[in-house]
Amino acid sequence: MHSILYLILTFFTFTIHYILMNAQFLAIVNFIVYMGAILVLFLYTLMLINLNKEAEPRKSNLVKFIGVIAGGCFLITIVAALKAFRVSEPVVLHDPNLGLVKNLGKILFNEYLLPFEVSSILLLSAMVGAVLLATKDPKTA
Amino acid sequence: METLTNNIQSIPLNHYILLCTIVFSIGVIGVLIRRNAIVIFMSIELMLNSVNLLLTAFSVYRGDATGQVFVFFIMALAAAEVAVGLAIIVMIYRNTNSVDTGVLNRLKW
Repeated sequence: MHSILYLILTFFTFTIHYILMNAQFLAIVNFIVYMGAILVLFLYTLMLINLNKEAEPRKSNLVKFIGVIAGGCFLITIVAALKAFRVSEPVVLHDPNLGLVKNLGKILFNEYLLPFEVSSILLLSAMVGAVLLATKDPKTA
Repeated sequence: METLTNNIQSIPLNHYILLCTIVFSIGVIGVLIRRNAIVIFMSIELMLNSVNLLLTAFSVYRGDATGQVFVFFIMALAAAEVAVGLAIIVMIYRNTNSVDTGVLNRLKW
């Protein structure tokens, strides 16, 4: 329960990052989709299935240790690769209307029209699938 | 205020890469060490979000709006994935009365 609220806080900081990089369209979409839709969906599911503390599944300490080691190895690898190239120029915005809705809309509906339509089909099929999965099976009900 | 804006806009690219790597690693570790299916899904969301932020940083760095369009597609994909995944979790909970991923071990065979 608390972890979901903290995840909302994390997504909010990501939204602030988008605003700082002047990607206003992405900031708004991130705010609406992630904090508005996805996290509400998470909260609803959590409240729907009503977990208590005793039912919380636990992994053994060995598995946890191995998991942390594996994740740490991943982190160290990327950071070491990052140290290998020492280019660290600042992220400056050359074109001030790069992330605005007008500019992105032009690109989205000119060059990326087909992926946009395909993503709409993906969302439609996901909606149908979710409804199909979450409704009760009429044979067992 | 002006100096603050200038300071913010002079963040090196490496810092963004470092931040996104750390957030992504937290997501990976969360997937590896937890057995609660909902927490695993939240970790996956964290990984997707860190990649989104990194793509946006690269896009601003290169002055190319294609990266931001790509982030938009990733967000649409994440929304679809969460809807289907949470429906699957609800179905699993209805069948087995738990969200422990260990009860799904018969999928192994």
